[in-house]
Amino acid sequence: MKRREFLQISGGTLAGAAFASGFTTKWWGLDGDPIPNPGTDGTIVPSFCELCFWKCGIHAHVKDGKVTKIVGNPDHPLSRGKLCPRGTGGIGLLYDPDRLKKPLLRKEVGGKQRFEEVSWDEALDFIADKMKTIKKKYGPESLALFSHGFGGSWMKKVVKAYGSQNIGAPSWAQCKGPRDVGFELTFGDFLGSPEPIDMRNAKCITLIGAHLGENMHNTQVQDFAEAIGNGADIIVVDPRFSTAAGKAKHWLPIKPGTDIALLLAWMHVLIKEGLYDQEYIKKYATGLDKLKKYLEDKTPEWAFTQTGIEPEKIVASARTLAAARPRSIVHPGRHVTWYGNDTQRSRAIAMLNALLGSWGRIGGYYFKDKIKLAPFPGSMYKFPKSTKPIADRKKGAIYPFGGESLAHGFRDATFPGYADYDIKAWIVYGTNLMQCLPDPEKTKEAIKHLDLLVAIDVLPAEITGYADVVLPECTYLERHDDLWSAAYTEPFVAMRQPAVKPMYDSKPGWWIAKELAKRLGYEGLFPWKDPEEYLRGRAEASHLSWKELKSKGVIAKKKREAQTIDEGLEPSFDTPTGKIELFSKQLQESGLDPIPVHRPPDEPPPGYFRLLYGRYPVHTFGRTTNNRFLSEIFPENEVWLNARMAKELGLQSGDRVMVENQDGRKSGPIRVKVTQRIRPDCVYMVHGFGHKDKRLRFARGRGASDSDLISKSAIDPIIGSTGMNVNFVRLEVAS
Amino acid sequence: MKKIRYGMVVDTRRCVGCKACVFACKSENKVPEGFCRDWIVEEVRGFFPDLKAEIRSERCNHCSKAPCVSNCPTGASHFAEGGVVLVNHNKCTGCKACMAACPYDARYVHPEGYIDKCTFCLHRVKEGKDPACVSVCPTKTLHFGDLNDPDSEVSRLLKTREWKVNAPETGCEPNVYFLV
Repeated sequence: MKRREFLQISGGTLAGAAFASGFTTKWWGLDGDPIPNPGTDGTIVPSFCELCFWKCGIHAHVKDGKVTKIVGNPDHPLSRGKLCPRGTGGIGLLYDPDRLKKPLLRKEVGGKQRFEEVSWDEALDFIADKMKTIKKKYGPESLALFSHGFGGSWMKKVVKAYGSQNIGAPSWAQCKGPRDVGFELTFGDFLGSPEPIDMRNAKCITLIGAHLGENMHNTQVQDFAEAIGNGADIIVVDPRFSTAAGKAKHWLPIKPGTDIALLLAWMHVLIKEGLYDQEYIKKYATGLDKLKKYLEDKTPEWAFTQTGIEPEKIVASARTLAAARPRSIVHPGRHVTWYGNDTQRSRAIAMLNALLGSWGRIGGYYFKDKIKLAPFPGSMYKFPKSTKPIADRKKGAIYPFGGESLAHGFRDATFPGYADYDIKAWIVYGTNLMQCLPDPEKTKEAIKHLDLLVAIDVLPAEITGYADVVLPECTYLERHDDLWSAAYTEPFVAMRQPAVKPMYDSKPGWWIAKELAKRLGYEGLFPWKDPEEYLRGRAEASHLSWKELKSKGVIAKKKREAQTIDEGLEPSFDTPTGKIELFSKQLQESGLDPIPVHRPPDEPPPGYFRLLYGRYPVHTFGRTTNNRFLSEIFPENEVWLNARMAKELGLQSGDRVMVENQDGRKSGPIRVKVTQRIRPDCVYMVHGFGHKDKRLRFARGRGASDSDLISKSAIDPIIGSTGMNVNFVRLEVAS
Repeated sequence: MKKIRYGMVVDTRRCVGCKACVFACKSENKVPEGFCRDWIVEEVRGFFPDLKAEIRSERCNHCSKAPCVSNCPTGASHFAEGGVVLVNHNKCTGCKACMAACPYDARYVHPEGYIDKCTFCLHRVKEGKDPACVSVCPTKTLHFGDLNDPDSEVSRLLKTREWKVNAPETGCEPNVYFLV
């Protein structure tokens, strides 16, 4: 007993533990074989993740001032104690040797431009002076902020105080915008993140191109697996045999760009066979007659000619969908900017859900709940009002529906005379515009017209290389951010707090914004000394226990008693008719299709494949490809090529090729993955590779960048988003 | 009371191969760069468009008749509590006899000179926690427990579901089971 106590005490430090185990085994021989303990447990700091935008709750273990490991926070509704690989891999970001370490200022020395390390004072003074000049010369609206990530909230306030509303993120027009609008046009409610879907209780889950499991939004994947465990049927519509397709009862390898045809044919079968939820539709929906008439000739046989999916398979999968209703979810997807018809496709998905009666149902879509957060007491800042419209589109261009600004539109508005007025300055927070906006060459051109480009990030990226000033933000593990109140089945408020002090000369986003605001004279914009004062003030004004929030990292409310129709909640639909709109008069009045229309996609020219891209579970876009911890398992992407086509081209797995698109844009070299898992008419690669920035010493030159091959995009006429699966590529053996 | 026999049950139907288990193990156990103690095997069979896939999270099988233990000349590889196969780093000379004997390729040479592999996170299990891979798994693919306890979750899963083990022909009596 005594010896055991002795071990516990001396085991307090790593050196002590090693000494003790050696001592006992080798000298005394009493301990026999020890149980090895790596000693990675430490003091727990609860916070939330930023490796992707799902923002799971984490416990960071800290020992001797270092984060030893990151595990899931069991109290947090989005992680439930579990994490995806990226969450664990936060340490690889924190200790990335390539991090931005000091502010950088572009200077010209002897006719050559280069970055010089400067003090924060010099960098911030430079930015503030420039901003003042630009405001005088062009007006405050000429500044645009591109911001992706939770930490951007502080800089948004500065930009608003400056007088610009030109704030946007590529997560809208280059990602989920069409989906939110498609659902809003149908149900009068948008989806947001996390999506209000009750997959856990679903009996059938249909994925249209969504590749859960490769796309690792933690809670969704948890629920997806739970549904599989409960025996739910999975239907996967994807040109590629995704991980999810491997779980599917029906995998429908659809011809890319023809999803609307399949969705219409499914609706045709549901109506023709009387399989839809007639009572639900009668009670809550309008436009059934017009839809019925429209669908008359949208037969499975017709859809076969468009999609390549045999009529029998369309009918069989439609019956599987219907058999599980209302616990039958057709998943809305997330990154849905594919072909420019994306809002209509999302609407077709919404309408199919309506026919299945799954909106507002257990095992379907639920009505989300949210904790209302009060502002910081006494914050009365009066933001100036701009009379100018947002400059995110071509002069005169009208996209009748929408929600957020178009990020690519701010870029385009940087070209003189394109928009209502010219954008002259960019602040880019946490987003590598070179990899997330279509046509990076155009982005480079636009930058030439700027008077100021500020990049704020943790790591270098292609965009930071074009900046006038680069500000090194510390990682999410080293900073506070604002409180996050999430609409969810169990609504919650989460808190981000530092596990360790900022490394190098990096600074938190709140500090950067506050210091800049001070220099610009925005007294009272941040009326607090430090973020804990601010967060505590907000929490307490919202009647949340500061102590609990700080010690647990999250306060979650119980699921309300009724969040579905099944539980007695009476739904309301914020549409013009107050009903679910199967026929959309508001679309018709805007000269758009009131019911989604299938229009055949362009065919690839001979010798070309359609380029598709997606996710891999250990990576988030290009943000993690330099993370040595995560990249060990997946250091570079490959281009997936159908085995038959590979034979025709004389290519084998592992061969290195250059990928060239229809406009002569090239990327690579990249290895070929010869596989049965993809249709012969398309190729696929994981997004986010092929970095060129020298300062990304690990990621640079690994694989190819799909973004470099996306010179073309198809603009969605409803919201103005950019469909990016419209490029064709050929493969050429790399020399 | 029967002796504890720790084992793992891997539900291949739930697994999406995300590799959360691999990274959780690496950070929990400070596994050096370039190595891992658990890994994902993804098998896809068939021809387009008729395909079948199986994904398995694999690791040391902690065999009841472990050839790594019987082939270890120094006694470094041994059976610890619950039948867990461990390597005593102090006794290990790095001779690799165990690596040659292991039918599952579950071992590697640690840069510090000894042989290393999965420990079922016995240091956690002793504290009543699950191994790190089980604890992190977002799909609840991994289950850990006492195979000799008929009421344990692992025993119940093996009673109610179809299962297989890797390389049963070796006769090593592996303790990692795969639900199919």
